[in-house]
Amino acid sequence: MVEAVVFVLMAVGALGGAAIVVLARNPVYSALGLLGTLFSVAVLYVVQLAHTVAAVQVIVYAGAVMTLFLFVIMLIGVDRAEMIEESLPWQRRIVLTIGVLVVILAGTLTVSGFDWVPAATVTNPGVTSGTVEAIARPMFTGWVLAFEATALLLTISAAGSIALAHYRRRDG
Amino acid sequence: MSWAEIGLVVLRVVLTFGLLLVVTVINVWAERKILADMQNRIGPDRAGPWGILQTVADGLKLFFKESVTPRRVELGMFLLAPFLAVVPAFLIFMMVPWGRPVVIGGNEMPLQGADLNIGLLFILAMSSLAVYAVILAGWSSGSKYPLLGGVRATAQAISYEAAMGLSMVAVVVFTATQGEGGTLSLSEIVTRQSGNWGDISPLFAWVPRWNVFPQIAAFVIFLIAIVAETNRAPFDLVEAEQEIVGFHAEYSGMRFAMFFLAEYVNIFSMSAIAATLFLGGWNGPTFEGVVPGLVSALLPTVWFLAKTYAIVFVFFWVRATLPRLRYDQLMTLGWKRLIPAAVVWLVVSSVVMGWRQFGPPWS
Repeated sequence: MVEAVVFVLMAVGALGGAAIVVLARNPVYSALGLLGTLFSVAVLYVVQLAHTVAAVQVIVYAGAVMTLFLFVIMLIGVDRAEMIEESLPWQRRIVLTIGVLVVILAGTLTVSGFDWVPAATVTNPGVTSGTVEAIARPMFTGWVLAFEATALLLTISAAGSIALAHYRRRDG
Repeated sequence: MSWAEIGLVVLRVVLTFGLLLVVTVINVWAERKILADMQNRIGPDRAGPWGILQTVADGLKLFFKESVTPRRVELGMFLLAPFLAVVPAFLIFMMVPWGRPVVIGGNEMPLQGADLNIGLLFILAMSSLAVYAVILAGWSSGSKYPLLGGVRATAQAISYEAAMGLSMVAVVVFTATQGEGGTLSLSEIVTRQSGNWGDISPLFAWVPRWNVFPQIAAFVIFLIAIVAETNRAPFDLVEAEQEIVGFHAEYSGMRFAMFFLAEYVNIFSMSAIAATLFLGGWNGPTFEGVVPGLVSALLPTVWFLAKTYAIVFVFFWVRATLPRLRYDQLMTLGWKRLIPAAVVWLVVSSVVMGWRQFGPPWS
């Protein structure tokens, strides 16, 4: 019961935030709408007993990525409501068509009694107090190679972007 | 959950909240008094004994002042920003255990707002959300100085959060070697710091088992980072009321007071986290059986407050001592000194701990 109420509230929040991202005239409000969506999804993770994922979602996306978005928006000064010439004239019609198709598809699936993803159930009551351990153990035992390779990949991409962006003028 | 358990949860949250409010009021006064002493002044001495009611008087004054709303603000965000500053500040302290669990009517009550399994991650999440208050306040004011202040603040917060997180990771890795498996729960981190370092060498039997001794570099990095995170001198370019003007230039009355409150709450909760992670939290002699039971139940809270105030005093001391950094110095210190130092320390201390735990790599 509680889960259903929280789900409806947060789903409305997530969709509302997504709508603001598209509809807001001011890019700062778009960024805040995206923040609202990310936050609502984080609450949904908590309801699904994935506390660690929720915390990481808030730290990485809401904390770091969106702050950088806002930072860039303010730094390059596009935080004014502007009419910008659209470079893709067919974009709106295509998006509208796809949206209608998606709604029809979802409606058909719902009417035909499609089995959606089942709700999470607590199979092991102890797991709610140990989600960090539950994630960490497979990550650092069975999947340690893949995990470290991903970390190395991220480091390489960060170092590479710095190397590409950083140059010294010869005359400077 | 029975009604008694629900009552205890409410009680501990209210107690934590109340403690935070009281110490914040005292901290504002203490800072003015200590600064005055260091600068050969008297400081506030009119309201109450030693001027201790000065903060209450100032708070009431701000409460009755007009909250001016400039014409060009983005109203919604302008009104929301002060709340975004206060809420994370209070939520951070909810994670900190400020005393030994007490038993009331057969139910054990931990003296802590909430003991989350992901405690440290929650703290990091909340402190990264606190940035939004500053950036939105600066942007929504519709004026150039606050906007520039907001952008400065964001860059600073992002830079020093990385160093703060990395020094926390070193503590988490170290804590994992001190018991069964790793933990992010602050109450567990405190429990693992009880006792002394007698097992390393009998010479250290009098040294309390605090993380600060094996993790001294992480402690120093953490201290510098939290001073920068809370926008305090010498890293207070975010506000810098004398020259460059900060993000809350357009705020007045109670809305300004909320930013002010959030800053002082943050000072206390960050100091409390430092005391918890490095100085053993509420651990300390309780003289069980020698003194009455109530006293030995309250002594851990006294130790916790003493350790926290030692760090809070460092905040005030640094403010009275050091001049403000220039902006490029701030960025150089954050990115080129603190973050590399934190990474090197994390790797070195992890290697040493792995060696001690599992033996040399060739064995």
